[in-house]
Amino acid sequence: MSEAAQLISGEKSKTHGLDLEALGRDRSTRSLDEESIALEVSDLNLYYGEKQALKEINVGIPRQRVTAFIGPSGCGKSTLLRCFNRMNDLVDGVRIEGQIALDGENIYNPSTNVAELRRRVGMVFQKPNPFPKSIYENVAYGLRIQGIKSRRVIDEVVEKALRGAALWEEVKDRLHDNALGLSGGQQQRLVIARAIAIEPEVLLLDEPASALDPISTLKIEELIYELKDKYTIVIVTHNMQQAARVSDYTAFMLMGDLVEFGDTDTLFTNPKEKQTEDYITGRYG
Amino acid sequence: METTSLGHHISQQFNEELEDVRNRVLAMGGKVEQQLSDAIKALMEGDSQLAAEVINNDHQVNAMEVSIDEECSRILARRQPAAFDLRLVVAVIKTIADLERIGDQAERVARMADELIGSTGINKQFVELDHMARYVRQMLHDTLDVFARMDPEAAIEVARQDERIDGEYESLMRQLLTFMMEDPRNITWTLNMMWIARALERIGDHAENICEYVIYMVKGKDVRHISLEQMEEETR
Repeated sequence: MSEAAQLISGEKSKTHGLDLEALGRDRSTRSLDEESIALEVSDLNLYYGEKQALKEINVGIPRQRVTAFIGPSGCGKSTLLRCFNRMNDLVDGVRIEGQIALDGENIYNPSTNVAELRRRVGMVFQKPNPFPKSIYENVAYGLRIQGIKSRRVIDEVVEKALRGAALWEEVKDRLHDNALGLSGGQQQRLVIARAIAIEPEVLLLDEPASALDPISTLKIEELIYELKDKYTIVIVTHNMQQAARVSDYTAFMLMGDLVEFGDTDTLFTNPKEKQTEDYITGRYG
Repeated sequence: METTSLGHHISQQFNEELEDVRNRVLAMGGKVEQQLSDAIKALMEGDSQLAAEVINNDHQVNAMEVSIDEECSRILARRQPAAFDLRLVVAVIKTIADLERIGDQAERVARMADELIGSTGINKQFVELDHMARYVRQMLHDTLDVFARMDPEAAIEVARQDERIDGEYESLMRQLLTFMMEDPRNITWTLNMMWIARALERIGDHAENICEYVIYMVKGKDVRHISLEQMEEETR
């Protein structure tokens, strides 16, 4: 058989060093139907006093994928993110209807242990907020409040978490320096290390790179890509290109409504809704 | 979703850039259309002066392709377009490649015309060729119209015209073959006629490609390498 015929028949799938099967595979097509759902939001309504901030939100966040929420300021994306670990409980005058199930269990059940929930659902904010302690103690903090005392265990976890957050090489020789001496990008990665040290299932990132320079931003994005093997990641960002770069799925929100939710490739090349199109192309609504 | 207006970006400058790139494609299309009709006219009227002009002008088409290409790269780098804007830029990059090829084919017709004009006893087959050439010109014209109006429904109708051109090409080929068999002295000019017919047939294919890019641009559906019926299904 000629080489061309082999190529066509696919019998010789590795030719000229190229894996033709892999090239032919459409890696862009993810299907929500095939994903396992980590967080299931059903009929969620949220009110700040009289004002309704989230309207009838229904969405399933796929496990071990990166899901991005985009939308203009005030659209409710951060509010929704904070619902996932009940951070809104701390805000006065908030009323929440509907439910959010983490692995099938409604986190708004009265019996939910909120501290335990927040261990399972970690969060990183826009501005890096390390404790004014050493790098080491920042990461070890979560373990200590869990009552872990073994120096050996803590050493191990700190190293693992710092490696996981792609920070170990930069700080291994100064673990006991004050964390506030790190650069903004390093601080943000330290905070992520602190979050993953206690092995959460879900990681919520609220504008994690918006206060960082482009290089630090890329490092955070690279980190997100690596972390999704182990964690379900939900990221809120103003930066649409960032959402397009890092996420597998994207949700577009507008004035408290979830307008469109779908795989990122489709949403950024061929959105279904006019409102989504107008927003991502920068047109007037 | 119908998003045929390029405007309404918050960035006025981005509006202008997209509008400009689209206008330049239309200008390039107009130039290519002119080249084709001049090449055909040169052939039909035996005007070797005009044929030479067509051959000389092809570099203008090439230059237009290069500069639109550059503009598209610039937009991709600076604006990171998404959704319709992204598809527009991708469709433009592909469209100008096909337009450039159409320009090459027009030049080829002009070269053949130049050779034919010198030879003898050729006028008898021009009628059929004229017929085919008219179809091809019409299709190219309609294709540019479809691009300008960004009309996917019309794009399918225009793409359909390629079938008719292919049919004309087949029957012209058969006829020319008979001429060759009748008298070997006919072979030289008949071969040239065949090359011309072939060039015209290729232009139909390139025009069909452009119609497909318009559907991609407006509908976000890739309709290459499928039948016209499937194409209609997808565009609905």
